Formats: sequence, structure tokens, C-alpha cells
Amino acid sequence: MPTTRRDVLSAGLAAAGAAVTPSLAHAQSHDHDHDHDHQDVPSDPALRAKALESLMVAKGLVDPAALDALIDTYEHKVGPHIGGSVVGRAWKDPAFKRRLLTNGTAALAELGYGQHDLTVVENTPKVHNLVVCTLCSCYPWTLLGLPPVWYKSAAYRSRSVIDPRGVLREFGLNLPDDVEVRVWDSTADLRYLVLPERPAGTEALSEAALAALVTRDAMTGVAKVTLPPKGTHA
Amino acid sequence: MNGAHDMGGMQDMGPIELEKNAPIFHAEWEKRVFALFNSTDVKWPYRRTQIELIPPAEYLRMSYYEKWLAALPLVLTKSGMATAAEIESGKVQGGVNTKWRVVKAAEVATWILPVSTTSDKVTAPTQLHVGQRVRAKNINPVGHTRLPRYARGKLGTIERDGGIEELQDTDIQGLGPKQQHVYTVRFAARELWGDQASPRDSVYADLWEGYLESA
Repeated sequence: MPTTRRDVLSAGLAAAGAAVTPSLAHAQSHDHDHDHDHQDVPSDPALRAKALESLMVAKGLVDPAALDALIDTYEHKVGPHIGGSVVGRAWKDPAFKRRLLTNGTAALAELGYGQHDLTVVENTPKVHNLVVCTLCSCYPWTLLGLPPVWYKSAAYRSRSVIDPRGVLREFGLNLPDDVEVRVWDSTADLRYLVLPERPAGTEALSEAALAALVTRDAMTGVAKVTLPPKGTHA
Repeated sequence: MNGAHDMGGMQDMGPIELEKNAPIFHAEWEKRVFALFNSTDVKWPYRRTQIELIPPAEYLRMSYYEKWLAALPLVLTKSGMATAAEIESGKVQGGVNTKWRVVKAAEVATWILPVSTTSDKVTAPTQLHVGQRVRAKNINPVGHTRLPRYARGKLGTIERDGGIEELQDTDIQGLGPKQQHVYTVRFAARELWGDQASPRDSVYADLWEGYLESA
């Protein structure tokens, strides 16, 4: 099994990799003029994805119905509304909040959802938590859905650990010097959710109304939860 | 591997680009690649390893799902699910699958249901404990590892025992048994980045015991 980049370039691209990186594979194997016929490998990602899917279906490696179910689940069923409902409950129910902070996975199960090895970290007036995955893009999919492009970007992954306050400023959040910033790098199978601060003036709100205030960004730690301006509806 | 993926602490990647009302997927093909990649009968560390083998210039240029699309043929060929010739031709040559587990539609719904927190019967001895000062080992394996470069050689404190997980490294020599404790280790920001960092701040990383030595 190739384990180095050199191996991948020579073995992977030349053999398997025509579909991996056509330009590179092509440059290696076709160092001459193109005045002959040969089968062009589709370079368009849509065509390559279609070709791979057709092959995997034909080989019985995937069930097309399962592919559709996967897309439907992560496009329509899970998302920040689930994380929001967890936060809403925690704000309303101190005993649930304690259980959530002690064992996130077990507390989440009470609400009917699953997330392996979930750790919930609480923001306070003196502590601000920020979640990142520097090595790839680990993220609590069940609670927040699939991560946004910025969470997966090189800019966010690289700078969150070395300059979290600068990163937060880019999101419009200026933290005072006396606030402690804790950055959680998801380097193993543990997943993190930020329990944001409950905004003032929400004492009368129902659990559902509270949940509706909570954003994905707040549960990742790049924003605070705020009340909508007066005269608008949450 | 000290690859382009291990980017914690790099500074020249530009501003964070925020997108208003971003869709979950930006193209139909991203949905298909998402579903295909998640349906392959290999574990996530294996998939991540293939992504990390994308040459660095390509890795940095590609979007997230372009990386998955690039890694998928590697997952298929290196695991033996399909041959390079099949991927190149798009035609089944080596017979249909009888060996690999196929995800069924009904099963997908269960992926987001509650998971048991009491069925973990695996045990593993440990030499470390919460509150202990530790140093992350200075290792530079060429294979897959989950010890980020910025933490290597640095002093930290064990904040929490995250339980026992399977070590994901491909070069496991000197790192101990396959099943071992994962500890959440707090590193002071100044230990990692020097005086430019706030004295109040810290970075927490989840590290297998094999990455750590008592200090």
C-alpha cells in the first residue's frame, strides 16, 4: 500500500488517479502532442462523481436508495435547529444543563438524538469557547448539520489556534482582554458544542422561543446569541 | 505526516470568507460525493488518510468536496473495493461486491439516534491521570497521525479522560496498544505561541496516551 506522496503520484495517479487529478496524471503519461485519439477522462467534477457513482452502484458497493437517504438526512433533517433545541432546554432547565455539561452524549439522548462523545462547553461572562478542527473538519453533525465552508477553510483551521481573538474579530466579536479564550481542537473522536450565554431580557421566553434565537455560529463559538431588534420577529 | 492538512498555527491563509445564506451543498455533485464517501465500508481514519495523501499544492487549491472526490478513488483502489482499471474505464471488470458491507437506506435514519454511553466494555491500562502535567512527544511519523505539529514537544495539563478509543495512527511503533485512553490536554496559549498570545488563553487538544509522556 503506497504510504508516501511520491507513491501516490507514481502509483495512485498513474493507475487509479486518472480520475483523481486528470491534469497531473495526463501530464505524466502524455508528454507529447495531442494528435491521436484516446479516451478522455472527464475533468468536470460532476462527470467524475457520476462515473464513480455508476461504477460503485454497478459493483454493488452502494445502495442508491441509501445515498438518497444520506443526502436527505444531512440536507433536511439534521441542522442547527437540533443544537438550538438542546441549548433552549439547557437555558430553561438547570438540572438538564448540569447533565449536559457532565455527559453531553447521555443528555442529548434524553432529547432523542445521538452524537458520540459529545462535550458541551459553557460560555460565561469571563470564559469564551471556540471550536475548530485543525487537522480536517470534525464537527458535531447531528447537532449542527454539516459544517459551513468557512469552518472547513484553511483560513479558519490554521488561525483559530494561534490567533483566536483575531479570528473572532473577523466574525464581528470583540472580546475584552479579561475574558479567557478556550479553543477546542477536535483532534480525536470527541465532538464539541458551545453552550452560549443566555441573553438578558429573555426571562419570559418559552423554551421553543429561546431555541429559535440560537445560531450555528453561537454554538461553534464565533458569535454570541442576541435578541432580534425590537419590532421584528425571531 | 507533516502535510498541508496539519495547518494549525499557519498564518498566511487569508481572511475567513463568510457567505450569507450559504446552502448546505453548493452543487448536485457535492451531494453525491458526500453520500458515496460516507457509504464506503471503511472507517473515517482510513478516509482521512487518503485525503491527506493529496499532494499539498492540490490539497490547498481544492474545495472540501473536491478533496473527497479526489480521495474516493484512492479509498476504492487501496481497500480493494475496485481496481484502477475499473475506475479508469467505468466498467465492472473484477466482479461485483460480495465482501463489503453495503449501507441500507433504513439504516441511515439510525445514525442520528441516541447512542449508548454504557456499553463501552473496553478497558485499557493507563499511566496518566487528570491533573497531571504532560509533554506531547516530538514525533514526526510519515503516516497518518492525530497529534498536530503545533502541540509536539509542548507542555500541557490533562483536563479530562475522554475514555478509550482506537489509536488512528498508521505508524504505531512506540505509541502503545491499539486501544488506549484519549486525554483532553490543555496547553497555555503562551506555551504554544510565546508572548504574543494572551496569558489567559489556552488550546485544548484530544490526544491519545501514546502521544504523551509525564512531565
